[in-house]
Amino acid sequence: MSAAAGRLRRAWDHDLAWSFRRSPVVIVAALLTLVCVCGAVFAPWLAPHNPFDSGTVNLTDGFTPPAWSQGGKSRFLLGTDDQGRDLLSTIMYGSRISLAVGVASVLFSMVLGVTLGLISGYVGGKVDAFIMRVADIQLSFPPILIALLIDGVARIVLPREAHDQIAIYVLILAIGVSSWVQYARTVRGSTLVERNKEYVQAARVIGRSQASIMLSHVLPNVMGPVLVIATIHIATAIITEATLSFLGVGVPATQPSLGTLIRVGNDFLLSGEWWITVFPGAALIVLVLSVNLLGDWLRDALNPKLR
Amino acid sequence: MPAETLLELVDVGREFDVSRPWLNRVLEGEPRRSLQAVDGVSFSIRRGETLALVGESGCGKSTVARLIVGLYTLSRGRILFDGADLADPGSAPLRRRMQMIFQDPYASLNPRWRVRDIVAEPIVAHGLAPDAKALAARVAELLTQVGLAPEDGERFPHEFSGGQRQRVSIARALSSNPEFLVCDEPTSALDVSVQAQILNLMKDLQQRLGLTYLFISHNLAVVAHVATRVGVMYLGRLVEVADAKTLFERPRHPYTRMLIDAIPDLEMSGKSRTPVAGEVPSPLTPPPGCAFNPRCPHANERCRTERPVPLELPGGRIAACHAVQEGRIGDL
Repeated sequence: MSAAAGRLRRAWDHDLAWSFRRSPVVIVAALLTLVCVCGAVFAPWLAPHNPFDSGTVNLTDGFTPPAWSQGGKSRFLLGTDDQGRDLLSTIMYGSRISLAVGVASVLFSMVLGVTLGLISGYVGGKVDAFIMRVADIQLSFPPILIALLIDGVARIVLPREAHDQIAIYVLILAIGVSSWVQYARTVRGSTLVERNKEYVQAARVIGRSQASIMLSHVLPNVMGPVLVIATIHIATAIITEATLSFLGVGVPATQPSLGTLIRVGNDFLLSGEWWITVFPGAALIVLVLSVNLLGDWLRDALNPKLR
Repeated sequence: MPAETLLELVDVGREFDVSRPWLNRVLEGEPRRSLQAVDGVSFSIRRGETLALVGESGCGKSTVARLIVGLYTLSRGRILFDGADLADPGSAPLRRRMQMIFQDPYASLNPRWRVRDIVAEPIVAHGLAPDAKALAARVAELLTQVGLAPEDGERFPHEFSGGQRQRVSIARALSSNPEFLVCDEPTSALDVSVQAQILNLMKDLQQRLGLTYLFISHNLAVVAHVATRVGVMYLGRLVEVADAKTLFERPRHPYTRMLIDAIPDLEMSGKSRTPVAGEVPSPLTPPPGCAFNPRCPHANERCRTERPVPLELPGGRIAACHAVQEGRIGDL
């Protein structure tokens, strides 16, 4: 009991916790992120309707404005879309997909980038030169273009039904591949520093293999900046996913993400049904902004020079 | 007791490529350049003794240490450990029998590992403990042996002072039961008061465990305290090897004399002292002949053209100097 209390006490006194408590903006951002994530993860239990259950969706409910405006129904707090689906529920289910794609693609690009960066920095020489030139070439293209390219190739190669089924995985792959470079460069830089430190040389004298030195010695010491980049990247990845879905090349309309919802609503924006696109848009902004603020805070809090 | 040779270096050399990048070389028509960090060094270390290598910064003494433990590969020459060539493919098991203590106790311990894991690493890497219980017992024994408490194993390196960290470093080096330790300036990053403690610990461990040390240092006072024999290096070459007592009392090589004259001592206080003359030449463009000739008061034409070879002199000492070998400068 006292050990657990002591651990809690130490966590509360930790530098990170201290800088967290000191900044109201970060606390608000963290709360909003928590609300968004909980709303998305527990959507099947929290959402007032199931927008994908065709039995409960009624076409005659279509274009219902938000509950507080004229003609609104209290059943649909944020109104409904063209097919009569409750917007609040669709947003909750949609952010589920947005978050899943964002987090999964960040994990994918992190694993890819960290692995390549670690090898590049530790092995050096021609391997390093090759990986870094590939990274340079990729950096000369905008990431969204690369994601579009990968998505486009997948569309041509795969039959239509198959593509719809694995569209989310293709999207994760596309976004992941389009952003590994930043991880690779960061990790390579830190690896170059760590590799020459005496504790790595000590491990070599002890006789451990290159792979085990990389994994057990270098990797834990280069992960700090990577986690910061990853947090900020989650927001970027969600935006990229939304952009691709908005352009119609992302997730299929049967599993709408926030981007898909914005695109669908965009068709009705000029005919007066503003809520169909504005609410998913606002949800996207809140989610991305709060994740971004958290990432920025983490970066500053972990940077010893700014303390 | 016949002194058995444990480690022998035969004409060991190491070059480093310090050329500019390929593109610059092509565009500016520059040739490849290499730096001769270690240039034909031969010596041997007998079992149970402490051989100290001394010299100014950049003379290649640390490179020799790294060549021996295999952190660098040899450009030429051979290193024999207990009669076996360390370059042989089957020599990997020999590596367990030699370990290294590093200069900077703040950089040589992984900041994210607990001390018990750091000390256990060689044991685990070589599979020397049958189970977790034996491992924990061995780590506790090692920590006690270097003057730390077994409970210290739970702590992280940043919770220790420099001297304590160096003790952890020594415990790690000892954990695979080595016979031979390469110590690369193990005390130069420590406070003077702590230096003595660490040196005495190392001496004590040497007696108890029968260790052999190669001790790299630029601090002659430290060397006088620990070494049984001393090798003096200058610009990648070994210029003199002798028993510590002989070397400090009657140095032969002009460079050794210059170094020893530079040691502050109480009898000299207040008097003006001969400063060490000149600078070490760049190892990129070593002077022809004897590397020391631009700074040597005894240099003549032969010294400027012909490179002296290390020759054994009476009394078991070795010096690479024309003036000494010709008898131009006598014994002190």
